[in-house]
Amino acid sequence: MATSPKLNAKIPDGPLEDKWTKYRSTVALVNPANKRKLEIIVVGTGLAGASAAATLAELGYSVKAFCFQDSARRAHSIAAQGGINAAKNYQNDGDSTYRLFYDTIKGGDYRAREGNVYRLAQVSASIIDQCVAQGVPFAREYGGLLSNRSFGGTQVQRTFYAAGQTGQQLLLGAYSGLQRQVGLGTVKMYSRHEMLDVVVIDGKCRGIIARNLVTGEVERHFGHAVLLCTGGYGNVFYLSTNAMGSNVTAAWKAHKKGAFFGNPCFTQIHPTCIPVSGDHQSKLTLMSESLRNDGRIWVPKKKDDNRPANQIPEDERDYYLERRYPAFGNLVPRDIASRAAKERCDAGYGVGTSKMAVYLDYSAAIQRYGKGEVNKLNIHDASAEKITELGKAVVKEKYGNLFDMYKQITGEDPYEVPMRIYPAVHYTMGGLWVDYNLMTTVPGLYALGEANFSDHGANRLGASALMQGLADGYFVIPYTIGAYLANEIRTNAIPTDHPAFVEAEKQVKDRISKLVSIKGKTSPEAFHKRLGKIMWDKCGMARNEAGLKEAISEIQALKKEFWSDVRVMGDVDEFNPELDKAGRVADFIELGELMCRDALNRNESCGGHFREEYQTEEGEALRDDENYMYVAAWEHAGESQWELHKEDLVYENIKIAQRSYK
Amino acid sequence: MSAGDMNLTLKVWRQKNKKTEGKIETYQVAGISPDMSFLEMFDVLNEQLISEGKEPIAFDHDCREGICGMCSMYINGRPHGPKGGITTCQLHMRSFNDGDTIVVEPWRAQAFPVIKDLVVDRTAFDRIQAAGGFISVNTGNAQDANSIPISKEDADEAFAAAACIGCGACVAACKNASAMLFVSAKVSQFALLPQGQPERKMRVERMVAQMDEEGFGSCTNTGACSAECPKEISLEHIARLNREYLGAKLTSQGV
Repeated sequence: MATSPKLNAKIPDGPLEDKWTKYRSTVALVNPANKRKLEIIVVGTGLAGASAAATLAELGYSVKAFCFQDSARRAHSIAAQGGINAAKNYQNDGDSTYRLFYDTIKGGDYRAREGNVYRLAQVSASIIDQCVAQGVPFAREYGGLLSNRSFGGTQVQRTFYAAGQTGQQLLLGAYSGLQRQVGLGTVKMYSRHEMLDVVVIDGKCRGIIARNLVTGEVERHFGHAVLLCTGGYGNVFYLSTNAMGSNVTAAWKAHKKGAFFGNPCFTQIHPTCIPVSGDHQSKLTLMSESLRNDGRIWVPKKKDDNRPANQIPEDERDYYLERRYPAFGNLVPRDIASRAAKERCDAGYGVGTSKMAVYLDYSAAIQRYGKGEVNKLNIHDASAEKITELGKAVVKEKYGNLFDMYKQITGEDPYEVPMRIYPAVHYTMGGLWVDYNLMTTVPGLYALGEANFSDHGANRLGASALMQGLADGYFVIPYTIGAYLANEIRTNAIPTDHPAFVEAEKQVKDRISKLVSIKGKTSPEAFHKRLGKIMWDKCGMARNEAGLKEAISEIQALKKEFWSDVRVMGDVDEFNPELDKAGRVADFIELGELMCRDALNRNESCGGHFREEYQTEEGEALRDDENYMYVAAWEHAGESQWELHKEDLVYENIKIAQRSYK
Repeated sequence: MSAGDMNLTLKVWRQKNKKTEGKIETYQVAGISPDMSFLEMFDVLNEQLISEGKEPIAFDHDCREGICGMCSMYINGRPHGPKGGITTCQLHMRSFNDGDTIVVEPWRAQAFPVIKDLVVDRTAFDRIQAAGGFISVNTGNAQDANSIPISKEDADEAFAAAACIGCGACVAACKNASAMLFVSAKVSQFALLPQGQPERKMRVERMVAQMDEEGFGSCTNTGACSAECPKEISLEHIARLNREYLGAKLTSQGV
């Protein structure tokens, strides 16, 4: 194998530890007077977008930021619950930059780049410093210092958190920095705007076409560079933990304009979500991975055991994660925990009315914490009730909002009965292919955060998404963008009556007119549901060749039907959420096909990508390093046509091995 | 399990845009399951409207798990409906009875003009935040995170204030359409933390000035805001805001 000549990852030479420090000190700079003349467009205002927009504006660039929500503060990063990793080693438990790097590469099943991941681990500590300086109220110990907890796939405590609302607090921190720049006039904010195309002039990205979602007006915006910070595409499955509006449209438009799509089939199915309750369901709710710190996961040892959980004695319970993976127990990485839950349910041991759920049980933790409190408070001869009461109070402090959320949704009290959980689509490791500078294959077009493919390989570790989003925005792009913009200081702003802008705008408007003119019988929502079912059944937690081939032809048929039978109510020149949704679903349909093709191409199992044909005797993912240790970067080449380019993954510092958490 | 058997009458505010007059329209929905969320019930209604060739009802929503602050329905006279401590998307139909009539309106406040149907413009909150709701620290300037110990009590209280999701229910609940609870939550968070001290006076003055400029009403300490807040932000923050504001006005150079 050899890396495609079209893919130059631009990883700096030299020892792993020095790559970033050396690169950072030698990358081209733009002087302050020139920065003011350079315009940068940032699409999306989640952790990556808000932190990038604020930081670039602080540096002096002229920034325009776009989001489809009514406020930058509502981007879906807000919903991240459990925490953010950083190699601070505050707990003195042996953490280091190298360990975070190693855990991330191993957790990703050896399908991520060493150079990028090491840099991520290096800057992780600065993120925590920055957030605390901004006033992010992380959880603290009584001594006033920051508190940490464990997350899956690691044996150290390196996760910083703010109850079960870490994403919210980090995003509000980044948002406050962004609003500060808006107030100073260095960022112009366009909320309720959706990017519908990128504009490429002479091979370089020079702006975007966006639709004002309130007035329906289609607008042209110039930028010397464009940053897509538009998140992941988990909603291709219809049901996921993503927000309803999360979509692939910006990334997909970029893909069709020449940006290669990296590892599209790498999807993360999160093990601990509230199970589906019926066909009406519009989204799934995550129960934070942090719950696996203290909760124990089990199913009955007997098939079709219909007794209530509390009536099943201890020796008739199968704590299957502790049984199969004694070294990591309930804290195995997400892909492994999800597959193990599916295996038990498929084998007939599932619980609840649907039998597609397992228990996440807090009774042992409540007792353990209760006894700890009794000791702390010096209570002698404490009654069982007192211990339980005190234990519940500790659990409430740590996870109260999650328990409340569970109760609100299911009507059951998790302090009294074990929670029922099942895996659900949560995150996409795949995304636009980017080089070390976070630039896509289109010069001047960048992708940050979940929108790019870069750091998590085939499986992301818990609490690493927030880390990557903020790393890209606060500490990577502000440096790496200089490598490009230093050569753009002589480029004057291109007027938006340039033919490339006119043409791109026309294409956007034509597509919108097409969508509303079909006047078919089926709503965009109904198409979305059907796509989701195909994807979940055939390109979900387990995939096989026959199923993927069926999925591809079903998706192609669905696409035809969509473009002849979709019904979009309302007008184009007004606030019209149905029209917004129709455009997003059309893009998801095309992406779905590419995901299936990528999954079909990858004849191995790795991380979240599990091909049934490739597994060990124990049912673990079986990689094929000889043939598939590469990034699959897909180039769009016409309708339903793609060309595959390969970027070889080279491991110089880590010895690759079969991933084991046993 | 999906199909339920609740039948409901919905009276919903319809308004084409901010310039036209709106009115209440009546709809019937059938087969609602108690496990559905309130917004999923609206999804059913909208699919029904589309199949009848009618325009669906526009409403704001995104995360559907009570944290983004986008959903904003005024249900039977209460922001986010009859239950305390939750957003509209967390409200489930088991909180209603078969045969109920439910009235759904947008947030009503001069500073939140209606965009369409149940969707309002809350950018006034962004402008208040831009006026002073931040700590002026450029990326890269920060010292080690553990070099500033903060007592757990202060950190917890700052967190309780920072839990505000900016949904605007406080404004919708207030007879004066005051934004004091929203503003006080942000002012409180930073006033409680050592990092917030250098800009403490300027922040409160600027945020309050912007709040007034946006056309929000005055606070008369009724407490409806806190009672209806989905994150149960405490009225104590308003008390703190008043102290902060008075202190700033008495001693600052003026903004």
